[in-house]
Amino acid sequence: MDGLLPELDVIRKDFPILERTFDNGQPLVYLDSANTSQKPQVVIDTMVDHLERHNANISRAMHQLGAESTEAFEGARDKVATFIGAPDRDEVIFTKNATESLNLVANTLAWATGDLAVGEGDEVVITEMEHHSNIVPWQLLTQRKGATLRWFGLTEDGRLDLSNLDELINERTKVVSLTWVSNMLGTINPITQIARRAHEVGAIVVVDASQAVPQLPVDVAASGADLLAFTGHKVVGPTGIGVLWGKRAVLDQLPPFHGGGEMIETVRMDISTYAGIPHKFEAGTPPIIEAIGLGAAVDYLGHIGMEAVHAHEQAITGYALEGLATVPGLKVLGPLEARERGGAISFEVEGVHPHDIAQVLDSRGIAVRAGHHCAKPAHARFGVQSSTRMSSYLYTTPSEIDALVEGLEYTRSYFKLG
Amino acid sequence: MSNELDALYQEIILDHYKHPHHQGLREPFEAEVHHVNPTCGDEVTLRVHVDDGVVTDVSYDAVGCSISQASTSVMADLVIGKPVAEAMGIHQEFLTLMQGKGTVVPDEDVLEDGIAFAGVAKFPARVKCALLSWMAWKDATTQAVPSDATASKEI
Repeated sequence: MDGLLPELDVIRKDFPILERTFDNGQPLVYLDSANTSQKPQVVIDTMVDHLERHNANISRAMHQLGAESTEAFEGARDKVATFIGAPDRDEVIFTKNATESLNLVANTLAWATGDLAVGEGDEVVITEMEHHSNIVPWQLLTQRKGATLRWFGLTEDGRLDLSNLDELINERTKVVSLTWVSNMLGTINPITQIARRAHEVGAIVVVDASQAVPQLPVDVAASGADLLAFTGHKVVGPTGIGVLWGKRAVLDQLPPFHGGGEMIETVRMDISTYAGIPHKFEAGTPPIIEAIGLGAAVDYLGHIGMEAVHAHEQAITGYALEGLATVPGLKVLGPLEARERGGAISFEVEGVHPHDIAQVLDSRGIAVRAGHHCAKPAHARFGVQSSTRMSSYLYTTPSEIDALVEGLEYTRSYFKLG
Repeated sequence: MSNELDALYQEIILDHYKHPHHQGLREPFEAEVHHVNPTCGDEVTLRVHVDDGVVTDVSYDAVGCSISQASTSVMADLVIGKPVAEAMGIHQEFLTLMQGKGTVVPDEDVLEDGIAFAGVAKFPARVKCALLSWMAWKDATTQAVPSDATASKEI
């Protein structure tokens, strides 16, 4: 099969969990990487090594361990900046996850004054395919400020309906926030084209790159985004660490988010002044070990090469779409071609509820996600309550896709569907 | 592999799933509730008709998996025609079974087809599916009758 990563067996050996078997001897078939990715040994070892040998708080400890810890933490920021093509390493803000990154933006915009301020008569534009974490913060912002929330609808084949692009993004638009790659439909959105229109009218562009950074070569400077969020645990890193990248000019204009240690320049009882970016947005002791783990994770992916990871995902996704098409009564939600598509494929099987599908697959060691995938409006758009989602990553093999297809056929026979 | 699944998907459950009892929304009713399982999106709209202290009808419109649909059907079978206090007692019995992590031996005289859900209690992720409509029924019934009448017989 063209496009598969060379030495896939070697890559799989980097991920110890892929050796896991269950009580009944079934090997793990992990097809839930859009939910969270598995971790290579190098990430696990880097985190353990730091805990065992270098642990100290950062930026405030005047001792050798403190210096080592600070260096490792700030080194991780450099690695992330390089990985996403950030022009300036200080533009990389560490957060808890993508949700916190997006909430940081939506909240500080509520407090912003000047050009970025959002008020009555202003509009914020999102899309119908957003994860709840890129919907609810904008609902809160627009409700609090008397602004209007608007959104792009979706076409039948699961793409953004851009037919009203120029009307939807207009002189009243202050913010356009959208996902780069849909976590449910898999669609890759033309964010650069949309950003061009947003910038024409003076709006800022926020990109939820939670599913994009794991799968695509990302160059934030070329993307058109002004602010971009992603999470560590989907890029083979640990949970508890996320990233907000933003253009310095925008981040400098936003007021602080959390107040506390490390985000200040000086504090008096009546007033404080604030540190510059990135520390302005990093109040309190950050998730140090997790940030260092994320640094190791993006180094690992960078070493393999994101072009190669993307080609692998496309090959596996194409193979999966072909395989799923052979299952009677199965309907894929979203684009049916691997090109222009990420590695998450949501589907329905007529006559079996997604919960029941996931349960039967689980009994065969196959891990998928069932539910609304935190994208209820996108499900509602296609008239479904929930779906089953398989999602691959750089360690997924064609034989795992075969196991899924066989598992789905078994599910149909288990529920006595002709 | 199949045994483990069969413990969950008892024939009785699959029968109720394919042929649910008391389905549809009917009148009259004193209370209507809408409950959702936020993790998976399963939903039920449920109406209760109580006449002279007796659960005279439970009608519903539900979307969900086999476990939640079958549980709704079994629940309606069990509570329709029962005095409210007795029905609340059955509710409590089913709740205890579901929360027992597979250690509770169900009483067939009380739970009838509901004993088929004993296997569900061993799958923590599915317990919420089985309880969705039971919780909706309790909520609706509590709204439909004065509070002192809803006390379960056991309590």
